[in-house]
This record gives sequence, C-alpha cells and structure tokens, in this order.
Amino acid sequence: MDLALSEEQEMLRKMARDFLSDKCPKTVVKEIEQSEEGYLPELWQEMANLGWMGLVFPEKYGGSNMSFLDLSVLLEEMGRACLPGPFFSTVVLGGLPLLDAGNEAQKDEYLPKIASGKAIFTLALTEPDANYDTASITVRATANNSTYTINGVKLFVPDAHIADYLLCVARTNERAKPENGITIFLVDTKSPGVSYTVLKTIAGDKLCEVVFDQVRVPRENIIGQLDKGWSEVQKIIERAAVAKCCEMVGNIRQVLDMTVNYAKERKQFDRPIGSFQVIQHYCASMATDVDSLRFITYQAAWRLSKGLPCIKEVAIAKAWMGEACERVTALAHQIHGAIGVTMDHDLHFYTRRAKAAGITFGDADFYREIVAQEMGL
Amino acid sequence: MDFEFSQEQEKFRQEIRDFLGEEIRQGTFKPSCDAWIQGYSPEFTKKVAQRGWIGLTWPKEYGGQGRSNIERFILTEEMLRYGAPAACHWFADRQIGGTIIAFGTEEQKKEFLPKILRGEAYIGLGMSEPGAGSDLASLQTRAVEDGDNYIIDGQKMWTSCGKFMNHIYLLARTDPNAPKQRGISDFIIETSLPGITITPTIDITGSEAWAEVFFDNVVVPKRCLIGEKNRGFYHVLNQLDYERAGLERLMGNYSLFEAIIQFAKETKRNGKPLAEDTLIRHKLAQLQIEFEVGRLLTYRVALVIDEGRAPNVEAAMAKAYGTTFAQRLASTAMVILKLYGQLVVGSKWLPILGMAPHSYLGSKGYSLQAGTSEILRNIIATRGLGLPSQ
Repeated sequence: MDLALSEEQEMLRKMARDFLSDKCPKTVVKEIEQSEEGYLPELWQEMANLGWMGLVFPEKYGGSNMSFLDLSVLLEEMGRACLPGPFFSTVVLGGLPLLDAGNEAQKDEYLPKIASGKAIFTLALTEPDANYDTASITVRATANNSTYTINGVKLFVPDAHIADYLLCVARTNERAKPENGITIFLVDTKSPGVSYTVLKTIAGDKLCEVVFDQVRVPRENIIGQLDKGWSEVQKIIERAAVAKCCEMVGNIRQVLDMTVNYAKERKQFDRPIGSFQVIQHYCASMATDVDSLRFITYQAAWRLSKGLPCIKEVAIAKAWMGEACERVTALAHQIHGAIGVTMDHDLHFYTRRAKAAGITFGDADFYREIVAQEMGL
Repeated sequence: MDFEFSQEQEKFRQEIRDFLGEEIRQGTFKPSCDAWIQGYSPEFTKKVAQRGWIGLTWPKEYGGQGRSNIERFILTEEMLRYGAPAACHWFADRQIGGTIIAFGTEEQKKEFLPKILRGEAYIGLGMSEPGAGSDLASLQTRAVEDGDNYIIDGQKMWTSCGKFMNHIYLLARTDPNAPKQRGISDFIIETSLPGITITPTIDITGSEAWAEVFFDNVVVPKRCLIGEKNRGFYHVLNQLDYERAGLERLMGNYSLFEAIIQFAKETKRNGKPLAEDTLIRHKLAQLQIEFEVGRLLTYRVALVIDEGRAPNVEAAMAKAYGTTFAQRLASTAMVILKLYGQLVVGSKWLPILGMAPHSYLGSKGYSLQAGTSEILRNIIATRGLGLPSQ
C-alpha cells in the first residue's frame, strides 16, 4: 500500500499548477465562462503543445503513453484551477473511448488530431429523461445499405457547439433487450442535420441540446461493435465518473486552502476568526472530507488505471464525491461570510462546479444502488 | 500509489482469518461488538501470543517480529471483523509496549516486554481523573518520593479493562511546583499492590465497561517509573497518537454491520426481503461507502507510522471519522429494526442478539474516549492546518 504520488506525477502536478496559475487565473476563467465559445483557442493549443491532450495515448498516435492515474493528477490540477473548456470532453469522453473501442484505422485518423489539439471531441449520451441507463437511449440509428441515419435529441452534451466530432450513443435494434441494441457512432458535427443549442448552466460550462435530423453516418464510423456498444458506454461512464472525482479533489483542496487562509487573515473581535474553535472545527471537518475524497478517488483511479475490476470502488468514490463537495463548499461559505456569496470573490467558481459535478455521470443515489448490488443486497 | 496489499500481506490476512474462523468453530468465542476492549479471554490472548501476534511491530531485539504497521493493521482489522475477545492484550500491544521500548529503562524492557509478548500482562490505563479529562495535564494523583519508593495517592477513572487488569499504566504528579505538563511521571505497576482499590463503573448499556481505581498510600518501587522523571506527559502524548490510530475506532461494532446486512437479507416485511426495499438498500450502501472511506483514512495512519512519523493529525482525523461512522452504523441498524430495535438482551423476540440497541447506547462513548472528537478537531485545525490558538 502506498498513498503517495510518484516523483514523475509530482513533477506533472507542479508543471500543471504553474502553467494554470500563470495562464488561467480567475480573471481568465471568468472571461472564458462569459464567452460564447467557452474556451480559449490559444490556451487550448498551448495545452496540446505541453502534451496534455495526448498524455494517455500511445506514442504512435502522438501521445506520451502515460497512465490514467497520471491523467488523474492533471485533472485534479484542472479542477483546482477551474479550467473551462473541452479538455474533459475531448480526452475523457472522446479520446479514451476511441482508444478503447476504436479500430486501428479510426485510432490512426483521430487520436493524433486530438493529441495535437486539432480536433475537439465530445460524447452525446444523455437524453431529455436525464438518465444514465440503457433504456433511456431513444435516439435511433437506422441502417440503409452502407450508411446509418440518426434521428433524435441528445441533451446535456458538453461542448457540442465547438466539437468537431461527437460520439453518439444510439439505438440500433428495437427488438433486442435494451442493453443489446446500442451502438456508438462517430459523427462529424458538420454533417447535414446536426444542430445544437447551448444551454445555460450553474457551472457556466457549455452543455448543449443536440438534434439529429436525418443525419447520415457511414457504417465504418461505428466505434466498437454493432448493437454491443452498451458495455463500452458503461466503461465510458465509469471512467468519466472517476475523472469528475479527480477534478473535484482539486476543487475542494483549493476551497480548503482558500478558507483556511481566509480564517487566518480575517479578524473579528480583535482576533483571527480561525482562532475560534467553531471555525477550527469547521475547517477540521473540511480537511477530513478533502483527504477522504482524495484517497477514495485515487483508489478508484488506481484500479481503473491498472485495469483491475473497480465497479464498487468507482461507485463509492462518486457517491461520496457529491456529498463531500456539498459539505465542504457549505462550510467554506459559512466561514467566508457574506463576501463568499458575491461574484467578486472566487469561491462561487468552485461551488457552482462542485454542484454540477455531483450530479454528472451518476449522482449519489445512482451509485448507492450500485454499491448495494455489489454488497449482494 | 498502490491500493492493494502485497501477496505476503494477503497471505498473512488469510492466516489470521483461518485462525479466527477455527477458534469460532471450536467455540473459543462468539463474535461480538466491543470485544477488543471488553472481551476478556486469557485463553484467546495466549493463543494469539503463541503465534507471535502480540508485539508484531516491535523490534526483534525485544522479542517482537519487526513487521510493518500495515501488517499490524491487517491483524487488528481481522480481529475486529471477527469480533474477537482481544482485550487482555490490546492496550499492552498497542501502546504500552511501545512506550516502554521508546522511553523505558533496560530493566523495564527486560521485565515487562516478555510478559506482554507471552500474553500475561493485562495492562489498564490510569490516565483520566474526576477533574482531568480532556485537560489531562491537570491530573492530581500524586507520587511522592520516599527513599527507594514513591507513595501514590489519588484516583483514576474510566479505566478500561479495570475488572481484569493485572497491571496499570499510571500517570501521577511528581512535581507539584512545576508547570502542569512538566511535573508528571508515568509508572507501570501491579494492581495487586496494597492500597489499590478497583470499583467498577457501569456504563449506559449496563456493562462493566470501566473502573475507578483508588490509590491510598500505595508504595511503588522507584524502578516502576518509566524512563525519566517528570517526562510522563510527553510520553503519554506520543502514546495517545497510537491509542487513536487503529481500526478499532472504525470497527469497534463491526459485528453489528455484518449482522444487520444479514438481517436485511433474511427478514421479510410486506412480503419481500428488506434488502429489496430501496430505502434500506441505500442506507446500507451508504454505510458501506462511509466504511470504505474510513478504512483508507485509517490505513493512511499505518503508512505514516511506517514512515517513522508520529501519526498525530492523521490519527486524530481517522479517530474522529471512525467513531462517527460507528455511531451512524448503530443508529441505522436501529432504524432498520423498527420496533424490534428497543428489545434488549434477555427479551423474547430479540433480533441479532440485541447488538443494535447495545451498540446504539455503547457507541456514545466512542467519540469521548482517547480524545473527544472536539479535542481531535482542535488537533487537526491547529497542528494540521496551522490555525492560530489565539
């Protein structure tokens, strides 16, 4: 057992922290949030030049051949910086599924584009009933000789407005059991019939409604196997859940640091408020949640990275994450007082993201049910 | 990072499970809550000693096995999982042996360590007093020099293992004029000495959980003072880190966890098993989630000790978290049992051996002993996060 990062991972962390504090201070975060694009192309290219987009891809696809655990460290730093933009969509929801399930030709074509920052990807999975189960997939892809025609509405699709490609999870067989009729298609967003509307969200990220109206996709754009895509989708959800947890580890670690510093500096009754036991105990509770989330998240990330079975560990981490983040941000606001509930202070960036992260890729109830199953209940 | 145990460690865990399973089959003990602190079984302790499982982490030169704290945590985790009666040796193994090794004289090491290792020294803790709880340094029990001896007068409270201990680790004031932390020494003495009276304290469950220990002109040879005079408070601060460090804070009532899961699988309400009721499934799943979180927080403490650091902030965090979990486990079990939760041992219709109400009441003390959760949060905040005391 060893809970420490490797020397190489510590270096990656330091590099990411230095880069993001330099290039992505909160003034920039705010500017990006308010922009239509939701990312800065120059910053995106710089990240690609640092090798971030290709971090986990093999070298032959222009990557650095690092592990998911290494990527976790990077995601934690992005969470700490509240970095907006399509990194998560492109790498976690697009690139890694392609690497996992794509064929050689698909990987050869698309992974180098991702690694070099030339292509933005995303995943069109959820629909208006906002569930992560297989029965909720109603967008249909109908075969017609060598092409498929996709029709239907996807909702809560991150960064679809700027994506070059999306992976669309569609139903290809109505007669089979729900989990036996799902196929993943790679769709060029410039295809006729693809349209999007950007939604306004609590986290300030760009989630979209994507409408597929008679969108024609060549058969060779199937990722993985026809009708057997659901197991890949489950892997995508599992990985994305862990990746969200990693971002939130960075989020609440920073919230704790900000809050402790504030408690040391802010004076009332002629003494720092951090000298009052009530405030100290709030901070101690926050620190416990921070360490807890860190270990339970990295346990899941480590297992996933090693390719070990991790259904239970992922479920535990994600179920814990949303509620731990709520406790931490609630106490942070209480300690910061009124300044913390203004747009002048940075805390809102963290609180808004944490709330969204808790419900994305499965909320606590969703994962408690999985834990119950894993317990044999 | 590595979140798995080595093959050797897994083998060790299996060896412990095989041993405990066999002891249960032979009828040596029945799994129960709080057995680590209240389960008196000299026979069981002897068997544990024979396997070399007392003093597992002590240096080989003192008769220990020189193994890691991770391994000791594996050992204690399994003892707790099986609800094994380990109270006779738990304290001596966990903290008194370490104090003697770190601070004791060669003579004390030769005298006490082999007795602990053989499973013959049942050592209780004489720390708290009527006027000295969280503020331990204000203790009033006195040890006055008299030739080759100290004469001890005073009273200790909340002494676990009081009814069967044959030794007591005692903190007493040896310099009433010094600042309070600097006038305390620690002793290890036999409880059969004349002038020592032990009176049981009945806890909220009706159990003899602790004892009051009275010292009336007790003559103690000077060789019983551990290490240097007036350094006892510093010895005990170090010891408390180890007292808080273990899985017993998370798993003190683990037997109840397994029992209530089994109960939910086997009991039908409205014609279907409780385990199929979403509300109950989620309550039990939430406990499992909280347990796994606590387990990592606690194993982290073992890693800190193995790195050679005193596990101060980390132990405080694990203990405060762990006892809260154990209390929530008891509360949840009571909710699941509904009306049956009020039936206690001896009653007709009693489910799961009455563990739930016993633990519901008994676990109230978990967040008080060995440092209240409030003291622990003070430690996390001031020493861990650097918040100012003024």
